[in-house]
Amino acid sequence: MKKKLLALFTFVVLALLIAACSSESSGDADGKTDDAGKDSGGGDSKGEVEIFSWWTGAGEEDGLLALIELFEEKNPDISIDNAAVSGGAGTNAKAVLATRMQGNDPPSTFQVHGGEELNKSWVAADKMEPLNDFYEENEWMDKFPEELIDLVSSDGNIYSIPVNIHRGNVFFYNMQVFEENEIEVPTTMDEFFAAADKLQEAGVIPVALGDKESWTATQIFENVLLGKLGPDDYKKLFAGEIGFDDSRVVEAAEQFGKILDYVNEDHASRNWQDSAQLVANGEAAMLNMGDWAKGYFANDLDLETNVDFGYFAFPDTDGEFQIITDTFGLPKGVDNPDDVKEFLKVLASVEGQDAFNPLKGSIPARIDADPEKYDQYGKDAMEDFKNSRLVPSLAHGSAASEGFLTKANQAVNIFVTQRDVDNFIQALVSAAPEM
Amino acid sequence: MANDIQIKNKRKISKDQWTAIAFLFPSIILIIVFVYGFIGWTGYVSLSNYNSLIPDFSFAGLKNYLYLFQDFRFQADLRNTLFFTILFIGAVIVIGMGLAILIDQKLKGESIFRNIFLFPMALSFVVTGVVWQWLLNPSTGFNQFLSVFGIQPKWYTDTNILAGFEWGSIEFGLPVAIISVVIAAVWQMTGFSLAMYLAGLRGIPDELREAARMDGATEFQVYWKVVLPMLAPITMSVIIIMAHISLKIFDLIYAMTGSGANFVTDVPGVYMFETTFRGNYYANGAAIAIIMLLLVAVFIVPYLWSGRKGDQ
Repeated sequence: MKKKLLALFTFVVLALLIAACSSESSGDADGKTDDAGKDSGGGDSKGEVEIFSWWTGAGEEDGLLALIELFEEKNPDISIDNAAVSGGAGTNAKAVLATRMQGNDPPSTFQVHGGEELNKSWVAADKMEPLNDFYEENEWMDKFPEELIDLVSSDGNIYSIPVNIHRGNVFFYNMQVFEENEIEVPTTMDEFFAAADKLQEAGVIPVALGDKESWTATQIFENVLLGKLGPDDYKKLFAGEIGFDDSRVVEAAEQFGKILDYVNEDHASRNWQDSAQLVANGEAAMLNMGDWAKGYFANDLDLETNVDFGYFAFPDTDGEFQIITDTFGLPKGVDNPDDVKEFLKVLASVEGQDAFNPLKGSIPARIDADPEKYDQYGKDAMEDFKNSRLVPSLAHGSAASEGFLTKANQAVNIFVTQRDVDNFIQALVSAAPEM
Repeated sequence: MANDIQIKNKRKISKDQWTAIAFLFPSIILIIVFVYGFIGWTGYVSLSNYNSLIPDFSFAGLKNYLYLFQDFRFQADLRNTLFFTILFIGAVIVIGMGLAILIDQKLKGESIFRNIFLFPMALSFVVTGVVWQWLLNPSTGFNQFLSVFGIQPKWYTDTNILAGFEWGSIEFGLPVAIISVVIAAVWQMTGFSLAMYLAGLRGIPDELREAARMDGATEFQVYWKVVLPMLAPITMSVIIIMAHISLKIFDLIYAMTGSGANFVTDVPGVYMFETTFRGNYYANGAAIAIIMLLLVAVFIVPYLWSGRKGDQ
């Protein structure tokens, strides 16, 4: 009996060992089989570039696929693995990315918003390769605006390549509603409030808001802040050189509260698309949204630019451009950095940017791209992009770290209901060390 | 004497039992590593300074927990969880038992009714969340229909607190918006308690009811004095199962309301997700996870304890 037991025990231990070994060796073999796959599969293929993004939505996926197609045309010997993770404005993708980066299994290149989302996380964690030489080799230093390169730089090193630009300080409005109520496009906050009063009297919701996710309200706040502080002090605020208890920040919070008096009552149950619909069907007049809303109006709701809906810069921020830019960098520890650089070259080229952006609904990050490929809104935005001061957006992770943003969104959510300016300022002040 | 018996018992472990132990051994190892080990790891992270993408396992003491208990949002989460749990479990028990008793009346086509009530359980909470988000959206058809009668419910966008009073930094009381989330959760889970109670009712011998009737009990008394007491163990099971669902709930709230204005429908699960995966506050997120575990343990441990006594 003892022998049998011993045999059984040995069997179990062996089984465990085999299981453990096989998982280990399969881990090892992963690399090997990959290599083998490349050898046998592609014949003379050099390698595989894995592109990690959260571009799975309608326009953005088309843009990405166009970019990949262009790349494959130019580099038939390098294969592309489109590793897009869908959902939640990148929340899911970011969680997957964090796991992979911390497990030292980085994708070949990944989508990250320029600014602190890149600098305060991956660059600070020493996970990114500097690209200064790569920029100079390809003579890109004067092809992107200086303030944009600053945004993807940390301590004098450049860490990623911007592919597109979205603008955050835009108001979209229903042209018919404006016409019926004889309202001029407001350029200052005073004009804006006058127009809002007039609209309210006429029974139209002046401002549409859908803050089921609070970044939409945070975006209004950051634009008011920009208007109050101006571009230089706005940057100083997020550099920690001006405190959140500054009197102008307090005034901005008050003004933000005043704007909230003009929004639709059911804002907490809507997301931004739902709020855009209010403007589209004339129930509401204006919507502050990044210019991806233009794509939604034009492509999804079939509205005509400058006929059905118009746009203007957020009051008091004319000549300033709240940028949201998607960028791609080169993580440390990638097997085939040269192949990845080939992809980055395509991404940075005029051709690549013009293939991607018209489909995504954004404008190119390069200043020498071809305006003829873009619609009227795109042309206007490209013109503004060239001639404006560029400032980083808080709501989209460029101005401050993700940690600060999470807390800021939280403070905004509470403020939207409680309207307690002191509390709001206090919450921002106490979160400030985490910027 | 006692020692003798123990030794005897030890010797009495049979071959079959050894085999069973040997086969259980691997899964015990796996569970120790992948369940208890990870719980321990989460507890360890919750006591560290790991609040950014850069790992930092230096000891922080109870800092993360203290932060949470001073945090407006987490206080609101605990309040919401309390009211959600009470309302949800209460409604699931009352409605589930009521429906089970009705179906138990030897209805014709009983299985049709059973299926109708059980079906929502086949859906995932995410789907339920999205569906009820549309149904209860203040600007959609159902609510416009109600407004004909002068009722204009705001459902999950309502920020009012019933019978509220200041408690720390939050208003303590029943958040009206919680009711809409409870409706959706009850809609989904009542079928389960109905099935449990129906099985329980079927397990009660007819003789008992007959005996009660013979003694002159009215039908109400039969249920109140005979049937309900015998359903007590079922109620216990329903409470345990529903409690762990409601204390850990995430998907329903995330899909239906986000967190709600002023966090009136926020729960620890959603906060944990956002803290960890949006804010990269890994230690804070781990602390929330541990608190959620403790909340569930409050329900589960007494149950396990009573089970242990039963064994003896």
